[in-house]
Amino acid sequence: MIFAIFALTLNDKGFLNPNNLLNIVRQTAMIAVMAIAMTFVLSSGEIDLSVGAVAGLASVTAAMAIAAGGIFFGVAAGLATGIAVGVFNGLLTTRIGIPSFLTTLAMMGIAKGVAMWISGTAAVPIINPGYSWLFGGGSIGIVPVLLLWMLGLGAVGHFVLKRTTFGRRVLATGGGETAARYSGIDTSSVKFRVLVISSMAAALAGMLYAGRLQSGRFQLGEGDELSVIAAAVLGGTSLFGGYGTVIGTIVGALMIGLINNGLILMGLEFSQQLIARGGIIILAVALSQKRN
Amino acid sequence: MGKGEDVTAAPQAVVMRGIAKQFGGVRALAGVDFEVEAGEVHALLGGNGAGKSTILKVLNGVHAPDAGTIEICGQRITHPSPEAARQAGVAMIFQEMSLVPSLSVAQNVFLTRETKTGLGLIDDRTAEKKARALFEMLEVDVNPRALVADLGAGQRQLTEIVKAISQEARVLVLDEPSTALSVSDVERLFTFLRKLKDRGVAIIYVSHRMDEIARIADRATILRDGRHVITAPLSELPIDTMIEHIVGKRSRGLSDVAREQVEIGEPLLELVSVSGRHKPCDVSLTVHRGEVVGLAGLLGSGRSSLARVIAGIEPSTAGEIKVAGTPIEIRSPRDAIGARIALVPEARATQGIIATHSVAANLSMAVLDRVSSSGVVSRRAVEEVADHQIERLAIKTASRDHAVGTLSGGNQQKVVIGKWLAADPDILVLDEPTAGIDIGSKSEIIRLVRELARAGKAIVMISSELSELLTACDRILVMSEGRAVSSFARHDLDDPDLPADDTMHQLQSAEQKLQFHIQEALKHQGVRHVHQR
Repeated sequence: MIFAIFALTLNDKGFLNPNNLLNIVRQTAMIAVMAIAMTFVLSSGEIDLSVGAVAGLASVTAAMAIAAGGIFFGVAAGLATGIAVGVFNGLLTTRIGIPSFLTTLAMMGIAKGVAMWISGTAAVPIINPGYSWLFGGGSIGIVPVLLLWMLGLGAVGHFVLKRTTFGRRVLATGGGETAARYSGIDTSSVKFRVLVISSMAAALAGMLYAGRLQSGRFQLGEGDELSVIAAAVLGGTSLFGGYGTVIGTIVGALMIGLINNGLILMGLEFSQQLIARGGIIILAVALSQKRN
Repeated sequence: MGKGEDVTAAPQAVVMRGIAKQFGGVRALAGVDFEVEAGEVHALLGGNGAGKSTILKVLNGVHAPDAGTIEICGQRITHPSPEAARQAGVAMIFQEMSLVPSLSVAQNVFLTRETKTGLGLIDDRTAEKKARALFEMLEVDVNPRALVADLGAGQRQLTEIVKAISQEARVLVLDEPSTALSVSDVERLFTFLRKLKDRGVAIIYVSHRMDEIARIADRATILRDGRHVITAPLSELPIDTMIEHIVGKRSRGLSDVAREQVEIGEPLLELVSVSGRHKPCDVSLTVHRGEVVGLAGLLGSGRSSLARVIAGIEPSTAGEIKVAGTPIEIRSPRDAIGARIALVPEARATQGIIATHSVAANLSMAVLDRVSSSGVVSRRAVEEVADHQIERLAIKTASRDHAVGTLSGGNQQKVVIGKWLAADPDILVLDEPTAGIDIGSKSEIIRLVRELARAGKAIVMISSELSELLTACDRILVMSEGRAVSSFARHDLDDPDLPADDTMHQLQSAEQKLQFHIQEALKHQGVRHVHQR
C-alpha cells in the first residue's frame, strides 16, 4: 500500500525507475540484515537497542584493520567486534539479570563512544576494491551484491527459525519462558545466543555500510535501531515474544526502505523526514498490532 | 420456585431465560434458563465446555447473547455490557485475582473511587478508616494497611469480595474460588459467604470440587453441552446424582477407577535426606517401578518444592538422589530429563503450556532433540508425536495446529501430560494434575496414572484432594513444613469393618483418617519448633 501511494504520488520524480528501486534495495539491505537477527531477539522475548551503534563501531574497526592488515584481518576484526559486544550484552542479560532493554541501551552509548574515540571522530577510509565490491558496492550484472547478502541471510534465518531445534527453542523461550524452562530448554543460553547473533548481524551491517561508502565512520547506522525493530514488527513479529517470521521481516524492511526513499524524493528536509518517518512507523506498527 | 412464582416476593437476583450464544460454528449455549434467588448460594456445575463460563460471561456483560432475556434484581438489561452488569449489581471474582499487589488493602478497595481531601489530593487515612469500618462490619480479619503483596491467597480473595460488596454488589460470582486456598482459608471464605447470604447477596458458586458444593450451596444448576439439565435444592441432589448429570453417563466418577494390584518392581527413584534451599528439608523417599507414591499435606508444606527439586528446577542443597540405584546429580531440568524424570507442574498456564503455540509445538517441546536430526526439526516426526499423544490421551482439539490456549482446561492439562509422556520418562512427578479441571477429565487422569504405574513407571503424585490420592496411590507420604512426617501404605488406611468392595464408603473413611494424620502432623511440627528453641 505504501508502495502504491509513493508510486502514484512520486511517479514523475523517478520512484519507479529501476535504478531507484535497486537503490532502495541497497539502502535497505543493512536494515534487513539487522532485522533478520532482531526477529530472533524479539521472538525470544528480548530486545537489542545497540544494533545501530554496533554497526558504526564495526565499520570503524573493520576499516582500521583493513588499513593495518588487509581484507581478511578487516573482516575478522569487524565480526570480532560484533561477537565481543554480543557476549557482553548476553552475559549482562542472562548472568546478572539486567533486562536486555537496559543492557543494550547502555551498550548503544558505549559502542558509539568507543567508535568515536578510536577513530578520533574522523572517517577511516578503505582503499581495498575487493572489500568494497564484496561488502556493498559491487553487483553481478544488475543484481547488487547487497541484495544477495539480504536474500542469503534471509533464507538462512527463515530456515533456522522455522525448521531447527534452535528456532523452536527461541520461540518457546519467548512464548512462555517458565514453561520452556520446565520443559528442559536452557532459556538463558537461548537468550545469550540471540543477543550474540544480533550483534554479529549488526557488525556485518556496519561492514556493508563501510564497503558501500568506502570508509568506516561512527555515524554509520546511527538511529537504525528504530527502523530495524519497526521492520520486524511490521512483518508480524511479536514485540512480546513467541512469534516471528523472517520473511515478514524482510518485507517490513523493504517497506521501511520505501518510506525512507519516498520521503527523500518528496524533497522533504531531514528534519521533516524524521518526523514523517516516525509518524508512519508508529501508524504502521499500530495497525499491525491491532491485526494480531 | 418453579412455575408458581410469587408476585409479591422481592425480585429474584438473576433471571436469565432462553439464553443462546454461538461462537463461529460452535453452539455454546442453546436456550438456557438460569435463575438465582437473593440470599442463596447457587452452585453452577458442568464439565469443561458445558457452557458455564459462557453463561457467566453473558451475565457479566462480556458476551451479548444471541437470544434470550436477562433481568438482574428486577431490572431488565436491554443493552448488555460489563458496565451495565456492574451497575445492576453483578460482581465477578476472578480466578486470577484483580488486586494491585503494590498497593495497600484500603487503596485497592477504593481504587478509582479514592477519597479526596479538600485540595483534591488522595486521603489515604480516611480511606483506611473507611476500609477498617467495612472489614469490621463484615467481620473479615484483614489489616487495611497491609500491602496486598504481603497477604496470603485467602486474605486476598476476601479483600476482593469486600471490594465488590463495597461497590453495592448484589450478585457475586465466584469462579473456582478455592483453587489457591488452604483448608482453613476455605473455611474462612465459607463463613464469610454465609454472612453475605444473610445480608441478601446472591452468590453464584462455580467449582469442580463436589465436597465444597455439598457444604456451601443451597441449590445447584447443572449444564451439559450448552443445555440446562436440572436446577434443584442440594438436598435433592446427592453427589453421585450430580456427577451423573454433569458427565451425562453413569459411573465415571473416581470410585470407578480400578485399583487392581500392580507388581511393585525394583526401586527406581531414591531420595536420601534431600533438602532444598528453603524446602524440602531432609526428605527420604523411595519409589519403586509400578508404584504411585502420593504426597499429602497443606499448602506450603513443601510438596511442590520437593517436586521441583526432583525435576531440577530448584537446586538440592543436601542429600542424594539415586535413579535405578545410581547416584545422579540434577542441576537443571535438562539433567532430570536425561535421567528420564518428568514433572507435570502445578501452574498449568505458566509452567505447563505456551498458550499461543500450537498443540503440536507444545507436545514436542520436551523432545525437540528426538524429533530432529542434526538440529533440523522433522515436521513429520513432530506430527507423529503430536498425533500419537492426541489419540492416546483423547485430547479434544480441532487439529494439532490449533493454539493450546483455545482448548478447555482439562484438555490443556492433557497436553502438558502428553508433552511428558512423549519424552517417555521412567519417573513421573505430577503436581496437582487435576486442579481446575472437570470431574470427567479428572477421573480420566487418575485412570491414566494407574495405567502408567501398570506399565512400570515410578510415579510421585501431589494432590490436595485426598480422595484422588487415595484412589491413585499405593503409598502416601504426609508432609508438613518441608519434612516428610509420616507414611502410610494405602491398604493401611482401609477400614476392616467395612466391606472391601464398598469403594465409596471405604474412600470416605480413608479420607477421614488421612485428614486426621495431616492435622496431627501439623501439631507435632508445632511441638518440634518449641523443642528446637
